[in-house]
Amino acid sequence: MARREAPEVNAGSMADIAFLLLIFFLVTTTIETDSGISRKLPPWQPEEQDPPVIKERNIFQVLVNSNNQLLVEDEEMEIEELRQAAVEFIDNGGGTGDEACDFCQGPGDANSSVNPQKAIISLVNNRGTEYGTYIAVQNELVAAYNQLRDREAQRLFGTSFTAMEAKYNDSRTSEGAKETLKERIELIKDMIPQKLSEAEPTS
Amino acid sequence: MSKFKKKKSEGQPAISTASLPDIVFMLLFFFMVVTVMRQNTLMVQNKLPYADQVEKLDKKDLVMYIYAGKPSPRYQQTFGKEARIQLNDKFASVGEVQQFIFSERETKREELIPYLTTALKVDEETNMGLVSDIKQELRKAEALKINYTTKEGDALQNMQ
Repeated sequence: MARREAPEVNAGSMADIAFLLLIFFLVTTTIETDSGISRKLPPWQPEEQDPPVIKERNIFQVLVNSNNQLLVEDEEMEIEELRQAAVEFIDNGGGTGDEACDFCQGPGDANSSVNPQKAIISLVNNRGTEYGTYIAVQNELVAAYNQLRDREAQRLFGTSFTAMEAKYNDSRTSEGAKETLKERIELIKDMIPQKLSEAEPTS
Repeated sequence: MSKFKKKKSEGQPAISTASLPDIVFMLLFFFMVVTVMRQNTLMVQNKLPYADQVEKLDKKDLVMYIYAGKPSPRYQQTFGKEARIQLNDKFASVGEVQQFIFSERETKREELIPYLTTALKVDEETNMGLVSDIKQELRKAEALKINYTTKEGDALQNMQ
């Protein structure tokens, strides 16, 4: 039997297929963006200043030692419990008269904060604390604030605070919608301000 | 007798180039998949901690990066195992942070300077002493907006 020459493969449509793939990847690729916990540092003050007088009951003290152990309000605590403890402290609402908190759902303990505007969380860490632990603590404290803000946003506006913030930062949201969102976000932030004070680490 | 002889002898047939695009595209896809864009070559170990209450860092041109951690294994011979700061492509001391911030600011347009954020990419095993030293320097340089860059995940994983 005579050998036949193999027929040439038509490569004309090859380019189309390749371009199809290329365009698919172009559309679906997103360049990875970093994400993290945003914080604002206090401005540098060279001279020693007298610290403002704050009532003991309005301070929630979190100490982290060099073995990554937590001491919260003079009691040892596991990191898993920190979020709940912080929520209870901020949401206590023990104030009366001018300091009363009209939306708090806490028990109104006489030894805990008067209202969220006054409540301050003080975080002191040791120079030997691991950064991972520090971030975990920061994360839990931010989570406590977000939990309360979500609750209030849910009550007032029917959506969560984190969802509102995400929508505000989304470039697809229209300017008009951003305006209302900004107002609402500011309102919630005023109701429950993030007051997180960090002292110089102990050595 | 010449039954098995080739019928034609017009030189060698042309090599088919139809599969050439395949080869090229295979290469293209390989590189597309493995490419990670990064501005700096890392000289420190950089295993970021986990957190889930995170915000996205958009607008990459407004971010200054400060890395810190133990030097990578191949630099441990010369620089030891103590955690260090990396600015751009060099190891730096704490005192150089301010200078770094100022020089970064000079490359940006003036009206954008208030929006500059400093991203701290710190290895999770670093001690807080170094991190607070960096923070003090940033306060002195008035670079107050910072972001602790993390990976997304449960923060409790950091404790193990």
